[in-house]
Amino acid sequence: MKTDTAPATNMKQVVILGATSGMALEIQRQLARRGCELFLVARSAQRLAELQADLTLRGARKVLTYSANLAAVQQHAAVFDFAQRSFPKFDTVLLAYGSMHEQKDSESSIDVLLEELQVNFVSATAILTLFAADLERRHTGCLAAITSVAGDRGRRSNYVYGSAKGALSLFLQGLRSRLHPAGVRVITIKPGPVQTPMTDHMANSARFADPERVARDIVRALERRSPDVLYTPKVWRYVMTAVEHIPETIFKRLSF
Amino acid sequence: MPELLRAAAPGSLLPYGLGRSYGDSCLNAGRELIDCRRLNRFLGFDESTGMLRCESGVSLSEIIDIFLPKGWFLPVTPGTRYVTVGGVIANDVHGKNHHCAGTFGAHVRQIGLHRSNDGLVVCNADCNSDMLAATIGGLGLTGVIAWADIQLKRVAGPWMDAETIPFESLAAFLDLTRESNNRFEYTVAWLDCFAGKNLRGIFFRGNHAADAGKTFHPKRGPKLPFALPAWMLNSYSIRAFNAAYYKVHSLKKGASVVPYDSFFYPLDSIRQWNLLYGKQGFLQYQCVIPETNVEAFEELLDRIASSGMGSFLGVMKQFGSAPPAGMLSFARPGLTVALDFAMRGERTLQLMHSLDEIVQHSGGALYPAKDARMSPALFEASFPRWRSFVPYIDPKMSSSFWRRVTGAQS
Repeated sequence: MKTDTAPATNMKQVVILGATSGMALEIQRQLARRGCELFLVARSAQRLAELQADLTLRGARKVLTYSANLAAVQQHAAVFDFAQRSFPKFDTVLLAYGSMHEQKDSESSIDVLLEELQVNFVSATAILTLFAADLERRHTGCLAAITSVAGDRGRRSNYVYGSAKGALSLFLQGLRSRLHPAGVRVITIKPGPVQTPMTDHMANSARFADPERVARDIVRALERRSPDVLYTPKVWRYVMTAVEHIPETIFKRLSF
Repeated sequence: MPELLRAAAPGSLLPYGLGRSYGDSCLNAGRELIDCRRLNRFLGFDESTGMLRCESGVSLSEIIDIFLPKGWFLPVTPGTRYVTVGGVIANDVHGKNHHCAGTFGAHVRQIGLHRSNDGLVVCNADCNSDMLAATIGGLGLTGVIAWADIQLKRVAGPWMDAETIPFESLAAFLDLTRESNNRFEYTVAWLDCFAGKNLRGIFFRGNHAADAGKTFHPKRGPKLPFALPAWMLNSYSIRAFNAAYYKVHSLKKGASVVPYDSFFYPLDSIRQWNLLYGKQGFLQYQCVIPETNVEAFEELLDRIASSGMGSFLGVMKQFGSAPPAGMLSFARPGLTVALDFAMRGERTLQLMHSLDEIVQHSGGALYPAKDARMSPALFEASFPRWRSFVPYIDPKMSSSFWRRVTGAQS
């Protein structure tokens, strides 16, 4: 087994963008058990208040919350401002929100299509850029975002969501290179399908990965110095390598 | 949740937690289950009194992980920590401390219950106390438990002062029990059901230890990766296991300080242990027989021993005299025994049927949480008051178990 000898990131103050997403819920619990301080951003003030109570009991040293709709870029300045004033020493930022509509709806409605891109890509790059500048200035920390294995190749059944997530992965790749000289890590998190409210409507969701296990992988990646790109569960790294190597002439005929 | 309950058809739903009930009380064949695992937030905790409020999908394991380091433990715990608070209430589970603490339900001070017709109903001793009593042991049929207030108990740490004592007759077991129940918070016995006419077993008793000053390192046990072939578990291999188990524990006889998890949850250390029984699985038989009827208890054990079909997971305990916390609570004064039987078709069912007769004639009862096969008549004998429970059933709820033992259609 590979052992990581690099020092831990010493993650202590974590900003979670999209704190009520199914994935974020599990990640926050594991961070709380480590005694982290958390700054949670999500839409529902009520759910944030409930999360604050839960995570405090689970061991979080401090839980700050801010209610905002992150899909709306004009609200970002206020979120960032609040973070700088009330949580200025944050060392980790995790973007954990996303939206997945039925592919068919994005084909028949331009509004749905644009919303999918707005939530998963446009707004994500905007908020990450704000936080990136701060970490870059302070020469410290880690920036991570949850994209998806769906972004590795455009598929008939899911290419709108996939293209938004794929674009976000490309954005993170560039950002990683930009922040590298400043010593700021950028992690691209690519989960396979996970059992969360986002995937409940899907036919075979019962077979998807356990969010607790996926969260464990993510928290471990945040703590350590590697990898830059995390596939979780790990098998997806190999699956996607295979998928990416299918020639396009064949791939375009596949309906999955 | 309120919308989901309102929109459902009558008798179509059943709340589901971690699915550890052995039979069909957590199933709803051909209908729907509500996955309650996502109702898993802690809502509040009073450090001075130990009163915890949490949602019903929180597992006992999570409660221990968070509150044991703060010096609090579950008031009552079953033999596995991988069950939800909702499931523990719905089955009004008991533990090794039944003789002094009663069932889990006795430590539930208040619940919030989603009912399809009247929304979230708060139930406690002063308000809707009858609904609280119906829900404790109510098999999930009274609605979906949203949250519960549970009285945790102060402990010094994760260590247990435990004692192990071999015994070689039922009389010896009863003597040990009577002698121990005043001095030990937890008592239980492992039973070798292959020892023939002479019953033998190992008596375990313990108390929470004063702070042992030792550091505690939780261990993650091995996992059974696949179902074992059925032939591996036969009367020879089980006989050999039981003899070895008896021998090992006889040698370990005496007092020791052990971690709480090996004391309370020995089986949890082997993940997916149920696969031991192969694809056919197993049935468990847990009954209680009034102590005035020790002969019947003895006859039951004899019948199991002479059948040669018992397994290695046999435990027995004397229940205390605490009044039941719920309308359909199983635990009641008497002797209880729980035993696994690898499923071998008709043979196994016939043996269990013959055990049923003893239980029924003795005025005993069978435990719904462990049952997949009891007859309506035995259910009636075990829970003579079940008809007065019926008005409390939420019209949207039903279960395979309930339809099987009461003949209810919805």
